[in-house]
Amino acid sequence: MKTWDAIVIGAGHNGLVNACYLQRAGLDVLVVEKNDWIGGAATSRELTPGWLYSNCSYVCSLFRPEIMRDLELPRFGLQVIPYEGGAVFTQDGDYLASYRDHDAHRREFARWSPRDAEAYERYARDVTRQCRFIQPLLMRTAPDPASLRPRDLGELLYLGRKFGELTPSEMALTLRFWTMSISDFLDEYFETPVIKANLALSGIIGTALGPMSPGTAYVLLHHYMGEVDGSVGAWGYARGGMGAVTKALADSFVASGGTIRTGAGVDHVAVKNGRATGVVLASGEEISGKLVISNADVKRTFLKLVEEKELPEPFLRRVRNFKIRGSSGKVNIALDSMPEFPALPKDSPCLKGDMHFTDTVERMERGYDDWKEGRFSRDPFLDMVLPTTLDPTMAPAGKHFMSCFVQYAPPKIDGRDWTDADRDAFAETVISQIADYSPGFRDRIVHMEVRTPREIEAEVGLTEGNIFQGELTFDQLLFNRPVPGYAQYRSPVGGLYMCGSSTHPGGGVMGAPGRNAAAEILRDLKRPNRQMSDAHDVI
Amino acid sequence: MERDIAMTTQPATRRAAQSHIEAVRLESPFHPRFAALSQQNDWYSWAGYKAPHSLWDEEMEYFAIRSQTAVFDISPMVKYRIEGPGAEAFCNRLTLRNVAKLKPGKVQYTAWCDDEGHVLDDGTLFRLSASRFRLCCQERHLPWLLDSAIGFDVTVREETEEVAGLAVQGPTSCAVLKDAGLAGVETMKPFDIRVFPFGAGEVTVSRTGFTGDLGYELFIDAASALPLWDHLFAAGKLRGIRAIGYTALNRARIETGFIVANADFVTAEHAVRADRVRMPDEIGLDWMVDLDKPYFNGRRAIERARREGTLKHVLVGLEIEGNVPAEHAIVYHRKTKEAGLVTAAIWSPTGKRNIAIASLERPYGTRIVDDLWVEIYALRELRYQKLMKRAKIVERPFVKLARRTLTPPGDF
Ligand SMILES: Cc1cc2nc3c(=O)[nH]c(=O)nc-3n(C[C@H](O)[C@H](O)[C@H](O)COP(=O)(O)OP(=O)(O)OC[C@H]3O[C@@H](n4cnc5c(N)ncnc54)[C@H](O)[C@@H]3O)c2cc1C
Repeated sequence: MKTWDAIVIGAGHNGLVNACYLQRAGLDVLVVEKNDWIGGAATSRELTPGWLYSNCSYVCSLFRPEIMRDLELPRFGLQVIPYEGGAVFTQDGDYLASYRDHDAHRREFARWSPRDAEAYERYARDVTRQCRFIQPLLMRTAPDPASLRPRDLGELLYLGRKFGELTPSEMALTLRFWTMSISDFLDEYFETPVIKANLALSGIIGTALGPMSPGTAYVLLHHYMGEVDGSVGAWGYARGGMGAVTKALADSFVASGGTIRTGAGVDHVAVKNGRATGVVLASGEEISGKLVISNADVKRTFLKLVEEKELPEPFLRRVRNFKIRGSSGKVNIALDSMPEFPALPKDSPCLKGDMHFTDTVERMERGYDDWKEGRFSRDPFLDMVLPTTLDPTMAPAGKHFMSCFVQYAPPKIDGRDWTDADRDAFAETVISQIADYSPGFRDRIVHMEVRTPREIEAEVGLTEGNIFQGELTFDQLLFNRPVPGYAQYRSPVGGLYMCGSSTHPGGGVMGAPGRNAAAEILRDLKRPNRQMSDAHDVI
Repeated sequence: MERDIAMTTQPATRRAAQSHIEAVRLESPFHPRFAALSQQNDWYSWAGYKAPHSLWDEEMEYFAIRSQTAVFDISPMVKYRIEGPGAEAFCNRLTLRNVAKLKPGKVQYTAWCDDEGHVLDDGTLFRLSASRFRLCCQERHLPWLLDSAIGFDVTVREETEEVAGLAVQGPTSCAVLKDAGLAGVETMKPFDIRVFPFGAGEVTVSRTGFTGDLGYELFIDAASALPLWDHLFAAGKLRGIRAIGYTALNRARIETGFIVANADFVTAEHAVRADRVRMPDEIGLDWMVDLDKPYFNGRRAIERARREGTLKHVLVGLEIEGNVPAEHAIVYHRKTKEAGLVTAAIWSPTGKRNIAIASLERPYGTRIVDDLWVEIYALRELRYQKLMKRAKIVERPFVKLARRTLTPPGDF
């Protein structure tokens, strides 16, 4: 039987990034994916003829450009196109637009409040400063504060020095940023409800917290750390849907000699004498490998794929306690024509970006109240985009693909499993919200895919449907992600590594966990790692 | 005293404003006249307004400033109206200079700081009456002004779009205004403000400007902008009145040694890198800091920095040998040790010397003032010609014109 140098469980984008780097470093790598397609939560699927659905993640910003370059993804077809605008519709028939032009953006805010328009500069400066502080940490392994190894000490020193470089007022802001609620944070800058609602959404996306929960200011940062071609904080569409990211990764991987097997779900990791020796597929097939790297989330990996007896009790306990609560769902819609939004001027650039209907932070918080009570939000928060306004490849000419990210949706309804009836009722909250602002919307629907946390967990394997493979709260970041003592991609089982979003620096289509894990693995193997370039300088 | 500092607009107003996106660049009230005169069609964005770099020939536009009358559109300048019984006390608390000494009908060139003593902006403070001021500046400060106004009996309102402004500068400018019927304008002293009747309304004139030449600035209701323009140009025809763009103005301002926010220094609310901010003493504005007046924003920090000697930078005027402008060149001490950066530089047509404004790192420019050099990378036909040129710290203004302050001005 062939023994692979490394077996990666899961062809999510992080599994593929990891596999690419290992393969390019000269290892013989196999990726096994349970689904018949690749991509995990970054995938494009033709669920109705002629339409490609980005059926989980739908927009791109966080994916690190260093990785795109290292793995030659443009050569394998990856293109990212920035948004042209965005809008929040208000209940009184108006809207708040986001425009790319700096002065148009200011004038749009000034329509609502001249004060807020001018406060935006200060806000943007403060958020940018925080992003600049955190960005360099994304592509470095978090130090282990309990370790005395020179490298950990060095990294700790680096962290400390970076913090020490901040002025006292910046330090204060940093600590506040990491602990405050996004609502409180925005209150310090702005007065207009719809402006706050617009900016707050990045603080709650994918998070089982409300805008008034402490910790959500950091979640906002996480969504601002990305870029499109150096334009920090910008979001865009991957041409061909988010599957274009993982398709480019897979093609790059295969071109460098790697092997992918789909329809090959892992039942468990084979462990002998405390060391991983390979995987056993659901079919019973055994595949042997010197290393096993799991792209699945930390709960799935250690509670389902590894036998309990192989793991120390404190580790297991911490994995069990890892917060990975599902909070969102998705409605993907094929439309036979461009929907109309009479509130917007004709051909508004807002249609070519993210649109929302939640115009106050309080409405968002009410939506969260429903979640706490074990229900989906009756008045959900939508992040709605029409990628086909900028990407002609996802639907036939003149037709459109609409992606609606929906929050909040609990992993269980009143403590029981979701039923199909729940799912349909959940979809109806979304469609009726859109139809309120877009007459004739229902008649344009050709096909629709509704995904509650139940579907997301069953299909993508994200425990509870949590989109980030674990919440991005400060107790679960840096050297605490996923659990203290195991934040450097290694696990208690020899030769078994983690590379998914459960690890530092967390979720989103970013690629950094997969890359950082590869760096650690190559370090353990004492192999040169020439294919991986350093993180771009933040100057 | 409690005051409502909220600024939320009414639904009807904000709906009416939706169409702003149809024209991403605002046009100043004078735009139709500039557009008609523009042969170059060389526009740039000044605070979101379409503004001319040059209209017909930047060199000739510069000489219009120094030899005739040049008209430059200052409407895009950000303007705030500060009004109320507490306006003087508020402005005094806000800015560095003593506003109690600013009489109604006078203008002060001033600056203001955050609590850490870092400059938020510089600008001109017009005292239009005992209780009414106008603050003109480059950047936007509404939240800062509104929050600072808490506790003062004053209202603050942004009025940039409502007020049109023209700088009328040059040796014949007084004569032009006289011919335009502004009776007695020749008796105005530098920094005087006077209101003249115009049409059914009035025009506010100050003897101020950014050129270091004889000159005035005219402010008028946006609706009366075009009649004012037409009237001025008719009156100035025989005196060589001409419209100019920013490139020409910028030359004149460098000759005068004036600084521009976010070009010669980074304003505190825009600095993404916290170490790029500047205190007044670091950008040549130490003379503004009036320690004899009551507390003002940043005072404690400025005093501490002076006491503890923690000021890091200094702004100086340089004269550089040769005739190649040293824009953005690195300044060296003894040709080797980096001492700072040139922020603006030109060959001065009026001074006939090669001048520059530079930000140096102390002690260069304070204790160490000799043996300074600039390294100029002159790109000539696809090759950098690297020049190491001697730089001497000199007084600003580089060009001092007697006519700037002479009252009454000559009838040149
Ligand atoms: C609905 C939704 C919307 C989102 N929107 C965005 C967005 O717009 N932008 C953004 O940046 N991020 C978004 N995210 C988050 C982002 O998509 C994820 O955080 C990221 O894709 C996770 O990538 P990963 O590689 O770490 O893990 P995953 O994508 O979860 O990959 C894990 C892979 O492992 C496979 N697997 C699991 N168990 C086994 C097994 N036993 N055997 C074999 N294979 C197995 C899975 O099938 C999957 O392919 C969204 C996520 C969701 C769910």
